[in-house]
Amino acid sequence: MHPLAQATTQPLPLPEVDWRAIAPELALAVAGVVLLLVVAFWPRAGRGVLAGLTLAGLAAAAALTVWNWDLERVAFEGAVSLDGITRYARAVLLAVGALATLMVAQGDSREGEPDDSPPEVFPLLLFALLGMVLLAAASDLLVVFIALEILSLSLYVMAGETRRLAAQEAAMKYFLLGAFSSAFLLYGIALCYGATGSTNLLEIADATGDPTADGTLLLAGVGLLAVGFLFKVSAVPFHMWTPDVYQGTPTPVAAFMAAATKVAGFAVFLRVFAGALGGLVVSWRPVIAGAAVLTMLVGAALAVVQTDLKRMLAYSSISHAGYLLVGVAAAATVPAGVSASMFYLLTYAFMVMGAFMVVQYVSRLGPPDDDAIGERSSLEDYRGLARRHPWAAGLLAVFMLALTGIPPLSGFWAKYYVFLAGIEAGLTWLVVVAVISSVISAFFYLRVLVVAYLQEPVGDPGAETAPGRTPALGVALGLAGLLTVAIGLAPEALIAAARSAERILG
Amino acid sequence: MTTYFQAYGTFAALLVLSIAFVAVAFGANRLLRPNRPTPGKLTTYESGMDPVGTTWSQTQIRYYVFAFLFVIFDVESVFLFPWALVFADIGVAAFWEMVVFIGVLAIGLLYAFKKGVLRWA
Repeated sequence: MHPLAQATTQPLPLPEVDWRAIAPELALAVAGVVLLLVVAFWPRAGRGVLAGLTLAGLAAAAALTVWNWDLERVAFEGAVSLDGITRYARAVLLAVGALATLMVAQGDSREGEPDDSPPEVFPLLLFALLGMVLLAAASDLLVVFIALEILSLSLYVMAGETRRLAAQEAAMKYFLLGAFSSAFLLYGIALCYGATGSTNLLEIADATGDPTADGTLLLAGVGLLAVGFLFKVSAVPFHMWTPDVYQGTPTPVAAFMAAATKVAGFAVFLRVFAGALGGLVVSWRPVIAGAAVLTMLVGAALAVVQTDLKRMLAYSSISHAGYLLVGVAAAATVPAGVSASMFYLLTYAFMVMGAFMVVQYVSRLGPPDDDAIGERSSLEDYRGLARRHPWAAGLLAVFMLALTGIPPLSGFWAKYYVFLAGIEAGLTWLVVVAVISSVISAFFYLRVLVVAYLQEPVGDPGAETAPGRTPALGVALGLAGLLTVAIGLAPEALIAAARSAERILG
Repeated sequence: MTTYFQAYGTFAALLVLSIAFVAVAFGANRLLRPNRPTPGKLTTYESGMDPVGTTWSQTQIRYYVFAFLFVIFDVESVFLFPWALVFADIGVAAFWEMVVFIGVLAIGLLYAFKKGVLRWA
């Protein structure tokens, strides 16, 4: 009998369809498709309408996330798992998505200029979020790959949403290097499958405890998986794309990339490495710890010499990825590593979004730059900002101090808990490096404030154009600032919520 | 474990053998043949036609979008064949799942159509 015909005579093992488990993802998918149709059939729909519909989709997904809050189960034959990481990451990602929607709604152009970012950016934002939320819930390496591709493909297009040369270049670089890293990840998945006989994280976790398993093949697979993930979270030595891409892409998209991609990337990093591959911690911890050292120091050192705020924020996001890697390295043996990393992601997402919002605001103050990037994000543009726009400068100060990790702002607690988990895991040397890197990073964060508060404005202040009405950006800035301060003053509730994320279902 | 690598050993031997075969065939050819080039012999072989243009020629970018849409629906049919094979065993659920799948692709085509991608001009 032909093997194919034989297969059909047996009943097909069908996974039980668990609609409730993926309800937020479904809401995002439906909202994305609806918005795509709105964009196609109602070309004159304003940005306000599209942003409203996007926020409605996000609200629906958030409501379903709350509905699912106490659900802890593995669905679709182990392809998707609902646990603390999933719901925490879902909540953070949807909040970041809402802030990004407000930034995108504000647009990249100033008053009276044609808006050059197309309306498709709204459905793409929803599709990217769909991929990220699914990535945080993925419990099978194939689902990990599919989710990663959904989010990456959406982000490649979003990066090149405007016709500016720098945005096009950024999109091309992001696409080529992203595709390259996806290949590494896929090869890693293939080798892990070859070594353990499964792509399911729970089964991989069982197989890694088996001493008769083929060690070489599995370790090669784990190494390639690490390369793929380190690339996505922009850790050194796979960080080369980050500064160019963040600087070239329109600021709202860069903010979304910096915040949301990190949240989703580290959620899956924790689930795969601390969860499924926890049995191999002795093998992979030196690699992750080494990458963490390089990422923290190289990111901080290169940020010092930047003269463009967007580029500086890109290097700062690299060094923050390093602190998060300390959490990942600790997480396999110390459960607090998981909760500390998740809490770090929460605070980092709002800090970095806020910093990019100030960049977006300041770039509206003058005519477009002559260079290919077209946005006024050079440090020169921040001279004397406090005198001209005290609110913007004040918020900038909040975000910069939070990114440095100055108490009582949220960034301090984020670092505190990650460092604590690192020491608990016996990685004291790694924490020492992290503290040194924090000290270096204080230099470039505070320099921005020196420029904004202590230096005189250059040129004729009268030549400056008004930023125009920025209601959406104003609301987003207010929310990000409020969250950064509020989390700093009362971190207990959110840390407690993160603690519930410590048990990984695999 | 050793049998696992032995299987690859056979493959490696075959690889070496096939490279050697090509090298020997072409090497012997080069040593034995007379060498009398003419302009006609040196032109690019283009299925018997006179070659047109240079090798570095540009293609209309619109082909890309059409090729893209073609591949999407080509892949759709790849999914349709195994689905048709097991459709009867699974029943109504399979039907609706395929309706959703094709529906999403159809929405994509509708979007492309509204955006004027399918017009050549």
